[in-house]
Amino acid sequence: MATDRRPLSPHLQVYRPQITSVMSITHRATGVALAVGTLLLTYWLVAAASGPEAYAHAQSRLSSKLGLLFLFLWTLALFYHLSNGVRHLFWDAGYGFELETVDKTGKWVIIAAVALTLLAWIIATA
Amino acid sequence: MKLRTPISLARGLGSAKEGVNHWWMQRMTAVALAPLALWFVASLLYVVHADYDAMVAWVGRPVNTVLLALFLFTAFYHAMLGLQVVIEDYVHGEGAKIVSLLVMKFLLVLLGALSIIAVLRIAFGG
Repeated sequence: MATDRRPLSPHLQVYRPQITSVMSITHRATGVALAVGTLLLTYWLVAAASGPEAYAHAQSRLSSKLGLLFLFLWTLALFYHLSNGVRHLFWDAGYGFELETVDKTGKWVIIAAVALTLLAWIIATA
Repeated sequence: MKLRTPISLARGLGSAKEGVNHWWMQRMTAVALAPLALWFVASLLYVVHADYDAMVAWVGRPVNTVLLALFLFTAFYHAMLGLQVVIEDYVHGEGAKIVSLLVMKFLLVLLGALSIIAVLRIAFGG
């Protein structure tokens, strides 16, 4: 039997990106990014446990331009994953499946993620 | 009365009663992480400006020590469950899948242990 000629499920690239699909893969991507970010978190805590010098060194690295960029992206990923995670929990409970609602809550999630990130950085740099 | 046939009992396959454990634990940890992550980021906004002594004092307050340890444990657990699904989705070779899962889980347990022990060491002034 020629298995190479059987119909395939449509490849990702033939679909027009929609808010639902893009937000879904972004949820996964931010999850992976946050998991990688635990390296930074562990480094910071271990430095603090190693004494004042190691901590000062870690702090100066994290407050460098590159460090701040990573931290900013980390907070954005965290707030996105957190907000969209709450949206997922409502779906798990059986609410919010109507297309209109899905679009609306999706937009709220994006607004919440950006707003919380900006708020955190305004407070942090104030 | 057992409704299963003798041959099915002999094979020992079938429900292990743990099929939904992964799914359920991912939701449980998500629910726990929502407030814990918000608390953690809010605390960071305070801690980023603190010098070493203030940071150590902050970690050492009993409520903070406990919440930090719980946050770290839950976050690493949640990350492990999430990355497991990502690996199972995208790594298709059986051998490569098992190796990736092992490496990922060992790494996250290592990072989780490092970060939690670091917190305890700071708290107990080791």
